[in-house]
Amino acid sequence: MNIGFKIKKALLYVFLILLGIICMLPFLLMMVNATRSGSEIVTSFTLIPSTHLKENWDQVFKYFNLFKGMWNSVKVAVPATLLSIYFSAMTAYGLAMYKFKGNKLLFTTILVFMMIPGQLGLIGFYNLCTRLHIVNTYIPLILPGIAATGTVFFLRQYVLSVMPPSLIEAARMDGAGEFYIFHRIAIPIMSPGLATMGIMGFIGSWNAYLMPMIVLSKNEKFTLPVMMATLRASTDINSNQGAIYLSVAISVIPILLVFAFFSKYIISSISAGAVKE
Amino acid sequence: MGSKRSNGKLKSYDNMGYLFVLPFVVVFLIFSVYPVLRTLYFSFTDVKIAGLGNENWVWFAQYKRVITDKFFWRSLLNTVRIWGVNIVLQLGLAFLLTVIFSDIKYKIKGLAVFRIVYYLPNLIAATSIAFLFNTLLDWRFGTFNQIIASVYKLFGQTYNPVNWLGDSATAGNVIAIISAWMWFGNSFLMLMAGVQGISRDYFEAAAIDGAGRWTVFGKITLPLLKPILMYVAITSLIGGLQMFDLPYLMSAPTSSSYDSVYTSVMYLYKFGFTTGTTQTGYAAAIAYIIFIIILAVSLVQLKIFNRKED
Repeated sequence: MNIGFKIKKALLYVFLILLGIICMLPFLLMMVNATRSGSEIVTSFTLIPSTHLKENWDQVFKYFNLFKGMWNSVKVAVPATLLSIYFSAMTAYGLAMYKFKGNKLLFTTILVFMMIPGQLGLIGFYNLCTRLHIVNTYIPLILPGIAATGTVFFLRQYVLSVMPPSLIEAARMDGAGEFYIFHRIAIPIMSPGLATMGIMGFIGSWNAYLMPMIVLSKNEKFTLPVMMATLRASTDINSNQGAIYLSVAISVIPILLVFAFFSKYIISSISAGAVKE
Repeated sequence: MGSKRSNGKLKSYDNMGYLFVLPFVVVFLIFSVYPVLRTLYFSFTDVKIAGLGNENWVWFAQYKRVITDKFFWRSLLNTVRIWGVNIVLQLGLAFLLTVIFSDIKYKIKGLAVFRIVYYLPNLIAATSIAFLFNTLLDWRFGTFNQIIASVYKLFGQTYNPVNWLGDSATAGNVIAIISAWMWFGNSFLMLMAGVQGISRDYFEAAAIDGAGRWTVFGKITLPLLKPILMYVAITSLIGGLQMFDLPYLMSAPTSSSYDSVYTSVMYLYKFGFTTGTTQTGYAAAIAYIIFIIILAVSLVQLKIFNRKED
């Protein structure tokens, strides 16, 4: 019984580690291949880096400036995320804690719009942008973050499960204003949920392809994914697999760095109670 | 609503809710509601390019055209097929991992590390993933086939390279697997956040009562996880039926596999935004047909979830 238990547990770990390797291997091959020349890559595979990083690098940057794309992505994703989590938390809190007239109607509308695919409004959205003359600006990519229905829905469920209404009543007894209660009591309590949705929102915005591709048509405005997609058109780079791997690697690195910081925060907030041991 | 709250003082607090939802409502009306209605209007017209030329009201002519367009149905079939394979893998794996990590007897350690690793593929933009796998899966020179070939060699066999993305027999499944590989960590994170939102008191009380592992899972974890599970399931469905980035970037219209991987949104994109083939009115009707289908399936899904509650 005891030995069987240990074997089962060991097998579970083997499964978990194998799954981890499957997640990492493509990136490992990418990093290695980014340092190899096109002709090396097509003849064999290896996990030992080669010496052709410089040539690949020169070829990539002769074609496009990936750092410019990154900076453009930062300018979109950071404000979009901040607006999204703050206003979604506010909306979710309003929906969950106040029984105003129209509350149910608004919540139902949000549910309905969650089921609406983003593509439904795409054509009208683009038309709106042309009429407002905000095509080729970042406004259409940032401002709609305030009305993120999925985030509001998640946070409404979340705040209902983590925040006892008695807490609000108590704060009111002490004379706290409604927005003071929201900022000083609700937001800290909701922070694990906000972190989760913030991460999701940031990554979604950073990685978005279809919407920026439609809204942006000028090269110097391209966000990283839109810029990456232009690789398709480059026969120059496509003839050297090393340059493609390097482009992908460069496009991947900043978000890995961001996650290195964020993941610590996520671990300490979301799982603070659950994985103490 | 609020029948217990006859006290006037409490009611005045409730009206403060309007202030909390106001910014959302304003932006929502402009950037979500208006575009959807505008698209609806276009779908009843024969407009070719919005803003250029005049548009005539044609009632349901565009819808009739979509319904009888066999290329549209083909795109829907492709989307559902890719999504089906993807969702089984993605949610299945995420759920299995949640069961493993929330097991009260095995007490699996290292969640913090595993979670980062599993979530890693989801961090990366689909465009980068697409080019990474396009290159890895290249049938003549790609690393993936080289690895398989060397394994075959180990057993004295010769490997006949499979054109993973170029062959219509494999392309859809490959895209589905890559998509699941990208998203299972995300689903796992959501489910796990839900498990961790459950108060430890429940588990401790159950342990004191001597409840078994599966009893705890079925009676505590699963019911309390339901709202999050519902959220993950619905968003996966809606996201899946909107699949665009991966199939768009991993297939070429010239490839023989294209007919089996082009999705509904790729079809919509063709008429909505591709220079030369733009027919705004028709694209708008396609968007609405896709929506009606997603709505129908979502409602069925909600019904199933709610029935289990009783």
